[in-house]
Amino acid sequence: MSSATGAGAVRIPPPTVNTPRRFLRAVLPALSFALVLLGIAWLNPRAISYFGLNLMLNLGIPVTLATIAQMFVITVNDLDLSIGTFVSFVGCVAATWLRDYPPFGIAVLLGSIGVYALVGAVIYLRNVPSIVVTLGMLFVWQGLAILILPRPGGKAPAWLHDLMNFHTPYVPFPIIAAIVIAMLVHVGVMRTSYGAILRGSGGNANAIARAGWSLLKTKVIMFAWAGVFGVLSGLTLIGLATSADANIGKGYTLLSIAGVILGGGEFVGGRVSPIGAVIGALTLTLAGTLLNFMRISPDWQVGAQGAILIIVLAARAVINRIDGRAT
Amino acid sequence: MRSANRNGVFVQPWIWSYLGALLVWLAAIVFTRGYGAGGMITAGLALAVFSVIAGVAQMFVITLGPGNVDLSLPANIGLASAVAMKVMSGSDSMIALGLLAALASGGGIGIANYLLIWLLRIPPIIATLSASFIIQSMGISYGRGLQIKPPPAFADFTSAQVAGIPVLAIGTVIFAIGAGVLLHRTIFGRSVLAIGQNPRAAWLAGIPVERIRCATYVLSGGLGGICGALLAGYFRGSSLEIGDEYLLTSIALVVIGGTSVSGGRANVVGLWGAGLFLVLLLTMLNTFGVSAGIRFVVTGLVIIGVIIAAGGQKAAR
Repeated sequence: MSSATGAGAVRIPPPTVNTPRRFLRAVLPALSFALVLLGIAWLNPRAISYFGLNLMLNLGIPVTLATIAQMFVITVNDLDLSIGTFVSFVGCVAATWLRDYPPFGIAVLLGSIGVYALVGAVIYLRNVPSIVVTLGMLFVWQGLAILILPRPGGKAPAWLHDLMNFHTPYVPFPIIAAIVIAMLVHVGVMRTSYGAILRGSGGNANAIARAGWSLLKTKVIMFAWAGVFGVLSGLTLIGLATSADANIGKGYTLLSIAGVILGGGEFVGGRVSPIGAVIGALTLTLAGTLLNFMRISPDWQVGAQGAILIIVLAARAVINRIDGRAT
Repeated sequence: MRSANRNGVFVQPWIWSYLGALLVWLAAIVFTRGYGAGGMITAGLALAVFSVIAGVAQMFVITLGPGNVDLSLPANIGLASAVAMKVMSGSDSMIALGLLAALASGGGIGIANYLLIWLLRIPPIIATLSASFIIQSMGISYGRGLQIKPPPAFADFTSAQVAGIPVLAIGTVIFAIGAGVLLHRTIFGRSVLAIGQNPRAAWLAGIPVERIRCATYVLSGGLGGICGALLAGYFRGSSLEIGDEYLLTSIALVVIGGTSVSGGRANVVGLWGAGLFLVLLLTMLNTFGVSAGIRFVVTGLVIIGVIIAAGGQKAAR
């Protein structure tokens, strides 16, 4: 679509024309998060306390990690439909092998990250749509999870359970965890030079390739990182849930995609925002609580997540249109 | 390479799906020493029907080009099954109305999907994904405690057989032929293919791109609705999870059936082969007595194997 002009120095023009749009778009995720939080505070002021926030945001940690995993994949213009069942698989490994035979469990988890890297390589080398390959992997992880744990059960390793129930002073652990995750990924993806290459391979693959970078490498790296964060998501989820079942990560695929988009990520073009993705994931987590406080039946929980997604996308469309008229 | 000589029978990608179906069937009857060979085909045909309907829906959408996929099919099927059962309310005289209601429910979802894509300018994957969240909730709320049996005549129709061949399967073969005609011989179908190959060129050629895209999503939604109603008849009642497997199955069918995932090239014949292949593969694994876990793993590896073998072609832009 875009003709590759000067392939040499990748110069990003200073954001003068786009400033209002950029600013509004950057603020949108935080704004929706604040709205949900305000709604909760309005309906139940006591929820905004150390223990209240701890309780409400606890499950946000695994969702956040899965969302970051999805974000890495979306950065290179792919989509991972298998992340949900992968989280289930990791959970099952953690609650059985990792607890009973730690070295073996660790080896399996490292191997699974290798499989993720392999999936990235296959998608690039055979030029096949990620949606189909990860669809296949969805079945594979699901099957492996059932094989490891045919019935719900197992038990989280003690250290994992302790870690997830760690009480930090003053600020609840989930908030600190979210900030740490957001900052680490932000620095890695947005502030390092190789991070720019990684995002560039999603934005203009031809330009990156002509500049001498390996697209195979960027794809493999991003999928491997997705695997790493998928593993972390599964581990933290088991630390919270204490036992596992083969469907424990069900729903994470949709949540993670929604989180990335909610956080201001674009579907194509390598335009992603780690901080936004973290906020998006937390917003989706809190939305459930808000609905509970509003006494809306749990039937509509998923629907509300969809509605939030649509509202934010609509707001974004409006911003884009206004900006389009201004320029 | 494959597209260079498209006319030879054995380079047609869809032929492999039929060969695969035959192979797994043979493997299964060798294992059972011929016992239940016919029964397997009957059951395979009956179950493949629903996959093929969902597959045709997904095929039209995917043919529109990169990024087009209908993720709302499972939720759509679940909701439509509940709508159909509620409208039919167990009485034979309401069957037609119930089918119409399911069709309307699905078609409405198609319109909603398209409106999201068009108004918000978001990729269809995200639009149908957000829509499916909401449809899911509607289904849960609408279908809560719903335990209405399908009307006897409808239930009989969905499981009727003629000489061991399910009537529904015969109907679906005719439907598939109709879908093939629609795709290759009508202005609508040719427009879908043209848009899939190059939307801009299609627009310059005077094809009403947006109208065709809208119609395609409505078609996919409507077929999902019908599929839901038929499933509720076949399984003697609606349920929300009734459509769950059809997201994966419909995409898998499209891929295995030889339709190009990057759009612009579709194949209806292959859908039946792929549908039979997947159903018979599961039947074979069942006769081998493997566990559910192994079944999932094998299904996944087969899908990956097929897409790797088929390879991708550069999306024409």
